[in-house]
Amino acid sequence: MTNHWIDIANADRIMIIGSNAAENHPMSFKWVTKAMENGAKLISVDPRFTRTSSKAHIYAPLRSGTDIAFIDGMINYVLQDIDANPGNYNLEYIREYTNASFLIDPGFKLPGDLDGLFSGYDPEKRSYDKGSWKYVLDANGVPQKDKTLKAKNCVFQLLKKHVERYTPEKVRKTTGTPVDVFKSVCKTYAESGQTGKAGTIMYAMGTTQHTYGTQNIRGYAILQLLLANMGVAGGGINALRGESNVQGSTDMCILFHILPGYLKTPDEKDVSIDTYSTRYYEGKNKDPKSADWWSNARKYLVSLMKAWYGDKATPENDFAFANVPKRVPGKNYSHISLFEAMSDGDIKGLFCMGQNPAVAGPNCGRERVSLHNLDWLVCADLWSTETANFWHRPADDYCNRVDPKEIKTEVFMLPAAASVEKEGSITNSGRWAQWRYAAVHAPGEAKSDLWMLDKLCLALKKRYAKMGGPQAHTVLDLTWGYGPGDEPDPHLVAKEYNGYDLKTGKLLGSFGGLQADGTTSSGNWLYCGMYTEAGNMAARRNPIDYSNIGLYPEWSWCWPVNRRIIYNRASVDMKGVPWDKEHPVITFKGAVAAGKYTSKAWLGDVPDGGWFPLANPDGSLRADAKYPFIMKPEGHARLFGMGLADGPFPEHYEPIESPLAANPMGHATMVDPAVKLWHVDKPKENFIGTSKEFPIVGTTYRVTEHWQAGAMTRNLPWLCELMPEVFVEMSEELAEEKGIKNGEKITVTSARGKMEAVAAVTRRFKPFQLNGKTVHEIGVPWHWGYEGKSCGGSANCLTPHVGDANTMIPEYKAFLCDVKKEVS
Amino acid sequence: MSADRVTMLIDVSKCIGCRACQVACKQWNQLKAEETQFSGTYQNPPALSGNTWTLVRFNEVEGKSPNKTTEWLFRKDQCHHCGEATCEQVCPTGAIQRTDKGVVFINQSICAGCKYCVETCPFQTPHPDHETGTARKCWMCLDRLQHGMEPACATACPTDTVRFGTRVEMLDLARSRLAELKKENPDANIYGDDDMLGGLGVMYVLPEKPSVYDLPGNPQIPHSKIYYRWAMGIIPGLAILGGIWAYLTKDES
Repeated sequence: MTNHWIDIANADRIMIIGSNAAENHPMSFKWVTKAMENGAKLISVDPRFTRTSSKAHIYAPLRSGTDIAFIDGMINYVLQDIDANPGNYNLEYIREYTNASFLIDPGFKLPGDLDGLFSGYDPEKRSYDKGSWKYVLDANGVPQKDKTLKAKNCVFQLLKKHVERYTPEKVRKTTGTPVDVFKSVCKTYAESGQTGKAGTIMYAMGTTQHTYGTQNIRGYAILQLLLANMGVAGGGINALRGESNVQGSTDMCILFHILPGYLKTPDEKDVSIDTYSTRYYEGKNKDPKSADWWSNARKYLVSLMKAWYGDKATPENDFAFANVPKRVPGKNYSHISLFEAMSDGDIKGLFCMGQNPAVAGPNCGRERVSLHNLDWLVCADLWSTETANFWHRPADDYCNRVDPKEIKTEVFMLPAAASVEKEGSITNSGRWAQWRYAAVHAPGEAKSDLWMLDKLCLALKKRYAKMGGPQAHTVLDLTWGYGPGDEPDPHLVAKEYNGYDLKTGKLLGSFGGLQADGTTSSGNWLYCGMYTEAGNMAARRNPIDYSNIGLYPEWSWCWPVNRRIIYNRASVDMKGVPWDKEHPVITFKGAVAAGKYTSKAWLGDVPDGGWFPLANPDGSLRADAKYPFIMKPEGHARLFGMGLADGPFPEHYEPIESPLAANPMGHATMVDPAVKLWHVDKPKENFIGTSKEFPIVGTTYRVTEHWQAGAMTRNLPWLCELMPEVFVEMSEELAEEKGIKNGEKITVTSARGKMEAVAAVTRRFKPFQLNGKTVHEIGVPWHWGYEGKSCGGSANCLTPHVGDANTMIPEYKAFLCDVKKEVS
Repeated sequence: MSADRVTMLIDVSKCIGCRACQVACKQWNQLKAEETQFSGTYQNPPALSGNTWTLVRFNEVEGKSPNKTTEWLFRKDQCHHCGEATCEQVCPTGAIQRTDKGVVFINQSICAGCKYCVETCPFQTPHPDHETGTARKCWMCLDRLQHGMEPACATACPTDTVRFGTRVEMLDLARSRLAELKKENPDANIYGDDDMLGGLGVMYVLPEKPSVYDLPGNPQIPHSKIYYRWAMGIIPGLAILGGIWAYLTKDES
């Protein structure tokens, strides 16, 4: 979240899209409800009418996988309305804080002119040469701007041209959202564009789990920037993370493409810290008014190496950078890729800690079979999961039941401690690191993950010391020491990632103190400041709010530097005065002499950099100021985002399995052109179905009563009582067509597999009318599997093994299927 | 009724149907999970029982606005702790009692399991439990109240749908919520104010008429049922007393 949970209460408009927050984040509705009591309007956009929709003022149905058409349509509405009613929008924000005014290379072409593609596409490689996706620079290397926003090749005009194709009628034909409802959404949400008003977008996996999930979020970012909703109280783009500590685990580098603190993982071309730093981070900006914060990355990387390798990381050995594993350039190591590699026999061993891919993985039938190829599998979990017992899997279309004797994989089950049984920090969606204490002892032999990893590393060190080898030093040299006890001390871990001044041995107070010369250490620069000489900031519990917007600055600690709302320097005008006087996030209160600021003083939240505002009270511009979006080299938020693989603006493509014969945008590019397709030589291996065999759109989701792959909740009788069986939600119209009655057992099939479930026939699902064609959609919760108290068909037997063009997150949310009344 | 009577207020306009209240009730009161099936609705268990003392009822109805063509209504159901409680009047053993703060509870050590309360309650909330042989229902977490806590369901509710306090506070809150709801819902009403059965100890603010939520519009104490029950009870009662008398006198001889 750019903002945080409590801040939702400050919103005037709330759009929940790609999320069923009432169901999957019920606590968020504490704050949604408060906002509504204060007059906020709630919009729910979802393929089916959910518990969230039940509380909304407007419910807009949309076909799964068409969010981009919906959001581009909204952006189109806003841009047209800015022309018609400029007084209703914050034009200073758009002009000064976003890249709307930046000029783009004349060679850049939009998909409206290139049959659905942006300029630079190479169909052989299925990727773009981004040579034309760039700013026009002046003689000093600074991007050229047209502050009138009139130039044909400025971002504002290009965006306008791009989205003008997304008329309400075109949106209807693509998404199925009725025109009048869509217009209501546009009008209602665009009212948050008024200066002093705020709108928030709450999203979750319904947004991200698509082949163009990243572009969905880009769409939200563009919309929020045009409505001046970034950085303000009650605004922002708020990812409701799927688990209580997903934010923390992402921050700490659970994903393959990042090191702690979102530093890029190096690849084989990054032969030194120097090449790495200059390749990604340094020299990207020539504008003295841009802070370009990532230009500090070298300090963070060197400090990370000092945290990992201590005295063995020296200037002479490039701080042991060679010890860091390097990726093969361009190679992907995400979930889908790992299971494809396992399927090919390239991976021999797997640790599953708190993960259950036999239920949660896309095309889980195939993933269950991939596990056969392992020599060994370690499952650390509270319960014996489907993954740990993968040979128990039922027969289905994809794989027949196997004889366990034929499986050679050796499986180790490590009983794990639950969150309430161990001490440490968790970081919630709002970036708050909160220290927790063990409430009870773990039962039996159950151990914390920290204990397991500690013992594993110590065992590896022992083995490498004995056996040696060319890479033995990469393990042997690791600093490792978390206290004398059997259980590692989580405080020592926290102190390590906070970091030390190695000259004095004292804990650092903030990442401002990190150096690139090896005199500081920090295991995660973003967390520098969480555990200081003043104590464990995450353990703070002062329930007093010194603001009137719910910042609670002394309750826990928030990265970065306890800043509760990031990009908050966009919440003030160029003179440092809050746009919203009732909900100021920060306010500049420096001394003034002769119309000029003469001293620096920001009140409120920790500002995004403590520099002077861009302008003095008399309106004159200051040379010593910095632009507010400090994480971009150009200092401006990107309406035009050249960093993505599949285009600088979001364009609607169909899901990899579409019920339609053509892209409703009228061009020949059917699916996201940069999506990675596996098995290009053997496309049948991809198990992609057609609308002829599988005419119904399917989607998956969670229910509030169960948790993820279900191991934790399908073993609890009180929760099984509430949601005892897997079910399939479908419209009354589809049920009638198929002769299915509410509560009957049915079978759902896709090109990957099949599952049985109980039919939930409901008016909450309606068929979509698309360009004269009726398209049905069904939805299945994905919690069930074949282990535990409540067992049932796994929805992921239906989902495809394909991922997002940028992140490879699996496409769980839009695929093709069929339903029939019979069960086997 | 005592001036410090407590009341629960359920503002259904805020309910998200998450059922944290249902689980909190089961957990605090250590009630057994029921073996259920998915029957096509999220509502589960299908009804209140001796082991399910509170239940969120789910109801899908047509919406009134083109911006919302469907409505999904959630109503938390449980004992209403009536000011004039049928169960209390009909109970032959005096097991159903009322605290000085207005909480109606069934004293399990006295309850004879006659089911009179089960059959006469205008809201069908008490239910027999086959294991204990007694009637059981919500007791407003009396043990929590005695330690200064709110009922478990009110504590668990994430949206403040379930509020708990003195009757005066809750009536004030209900009236202010009603004024808000009236702006968009002309049929909005307070259900269970002092005119209804001596005032319900569990009140609702409803955006629509009570019947939309399957609530009786004008619940009454079913006097005829009570008299019938008493009459039917006297005959076997006399027989039992006679039997005991015969046994005792036999023993003496």
